[in-house]
Amino acid sequence: MSSASPTPTEGTAPTEGTAPAEGTAPAEGTAPAEGTAPAEGTAPAEGTAPAAGVTPAAGTVPAGETAGGTRRRRRGPRTWLAALPLVAFTGLCFGLPLGALLYGAVTRTDPGTGATALTGEHLSRSLQGPYLGSLLGSVQLSALTALIASVLGVLIAQAVVTSRSQALRNAVLTASGVLANFGGVPLAFAFIATVGISGVVTQLADLSSLGWNLYSFTGLAVVYLYFLIPLMVLVILPALDGLRPQWREAAQNAGAGGWQYWRHVGIPVLAPSLLGGFVLLFGSAFAAHATAAALVGGSVPLVTLKIADALSGNVLVGQENVALALGLDMILIAGLVMAVHLPLQRRSARWLR
Amino acid sequence: MAAMTPTAREAAPEHGKEPSPPAPPATPVRPRPRVWRGVVLGLGGAYFLIPLIASFVFTVHTPGQGISFEAYTALLAADGFTESLLLSLGLAAATIALALLLAVPALVAVRIGAPRLRPVVEVMCMLPLVVPPIALVTGISTVLRWGPDHLSRTPLYQTFLAVQNESFPFVLVLAYTVMALPFVYRSLDAGLRAVDVPTLVEAARNCGANWPYVMFRVILPNLRSSLAGAAFLTLALVLGEFTIASLLGFQPFAVWIVSISGAHARMSVAVSLLSLVITWLLLLVLSRAGTAPTGTPGTPRSARTSRTSPKES
Repeated sequence: MSSASPTPTEGTAPTEGTAPAEGTAPAEGTAPAEGTAPAEGTAPAEGTAPAAGVTPAAGTVPAGETAGGTRRRRRGPRTWLAALPLVAFTGLCFGLPLGALLYGAVTRTDPGTGATALTGEHLSRSLQGPYLGSLLGSVQLSALTALIASVLGVLIAQAVVTSRSQALRNAVLTASGVLANFGGVPLAFAFIATVGISGVVTQLADLSSLGWNLYSFTGLAVVYLYFLIPLMVLVILPALDGLRPQWREAAQNAGAGGWQYWRHVGIPVLAPSLLGGFVLLFGSAFAAHATAAALVGGSVPLVTLKIADALSGNVLVGQENVALALGLDMILIAGLVMAVHLPLQRRSARWLR
Repeated sequence: MAAMTPTAREAAPEHGKEPSPPAPPATPVRPRPRVWRGVVLGLGGAYFLIPLIASFVFTVHTPGQGISFEAYTALLAADGFTESLLLSLGLAAATIALALLLAVPALVAVRIGAPRLRPVVEVMCMLPLVVPPIALVTGISTVLRWGPDHLSRTPLYQTFLAVQNESFPFVLVLAYTVMALPFVYRSLDAGLRAVDVPTLVEAARNCGANWPYVMFRVILPNLRSSLAGAAFLTLALVLGEFTIASLLGFQPFAVWIVSISGAHARMSVAVSLLSLVITWLLLLVLSRAGTAPTGTPGTPRSARTSRTSPKES
């Protein structure tokens, strides 16, 4: 508890001695502004604050107090100011494009009169025909690759954890960190050189005669696994570390077999991390564009490729807004993914102490 | 995220050997499943190594012609290689600077004086995760179209033109900063959590240090490894970014790789391999930097476990 150290200085002589401007009364007077009014001034309550887990608040109270009443009032607005550039920047560079996207997706401007009216036609069109096909294609590809990568990632991570070899563990972690970053264009070219039409492995193993085609749904799935599995290893390894050996021994002493241990202890404890990892992988695969663009260029229906097509002007006139609507669909799906992921991450953190 | 503490694993083997009640374990002692582990790691290793080896073979070996390193030697002279690489590096430097300038003061302020701002800052930094790059770029291009459409008579129009300057498209820096914020935030937040900022600030101020001194000589040195982590992730993001740059019509490194792939297949693969090697080296340098002694116990051993990366994929 980091707040434990400042607590003793609270209202005690040394602090007052070092800050001559300090009068306890005005400092107390500013306490309500801290937002932790009840915890102020009364020592026992102050002692409970850390236990209640209000670490940042409790930690900042003494800092405010030592600064003294008058100085505190001068520093309050300045602390606000430090966060202001970030707020302004996010509003301008993130809020504005997002607003434009939303506005374009639900309005229609008549080219003749210039009048703008609310409409749901772009959104409904983005959920029909080839657009719906591309959305479903993306969801299928993401779900499939995320599922396979989750299973394989857990297997690899479990192999690393049970081997108890520090060298292997460091090697796998470093490699995962790099390979999870190895997405996008370079990855596509590495696979083209390996199992593309004139790729090295294709020539050696004569894959073409086996019906292998890199520029297809299956091929794309194999490529996606290359960055999804390392991501899963990074996510799940700490969780597997959190499975304490004592639990396994306790289960064995109670007469549980390996299967029963996993079914009643291991899997329930890991469930939030597993599901959270799966959802994160799904989101990564769903938002991926560069790999697919460099690899298949449009032969596989994916929503990101469709949006890129529409932006490059390969659609009928007046359909730019459908691209915006598709973007909105993507944001909604990604938002759903995050809404599932974050609470799960918090839950799994309980076991990772 | 979890710092990797091997305590549980170290304490593990001896635990079961305590004089326990003579209840024999229900299952007979099985041999450790070494075979299973070997198979998993072997297959995994093969899947991850074969593309790298094959890519290298592809770049140096032409069937029927033997081995030549021309794909690598011709790189420097290749048309557009240096320009696009320099552009990408410049964009990366600007993005790192901007992201840190925005995030560090805000996060430190949240720690020392404005805890109620915390959820606001967190949401602001994490929201970009929800917006895929392709959706962000549709929004950006819509906004950029307003320039000629509505603002052509206002001074703002010049700004619109300036940020889209071919030689240094500042609009990309803005977009990349938005995309990098979640990773910068996570890295810095993990670093700040390991340091008792209020106490440090209090101590420094009581010794008579002024605010800039506190910032640069007290807080930032304690954040060295998380700053390095944030910078690395941002650099990786910008160097590999393709979607936003190509759709806005600029040509940094990743877009250049795609543009030459038709005419120089070998060279594009060689560059891809090089980019992986560079990433690897950066990560190694970083892990060195992250473990450098900083004089304070409790310096975070970097949030490397949480390095779920900003992929451009």
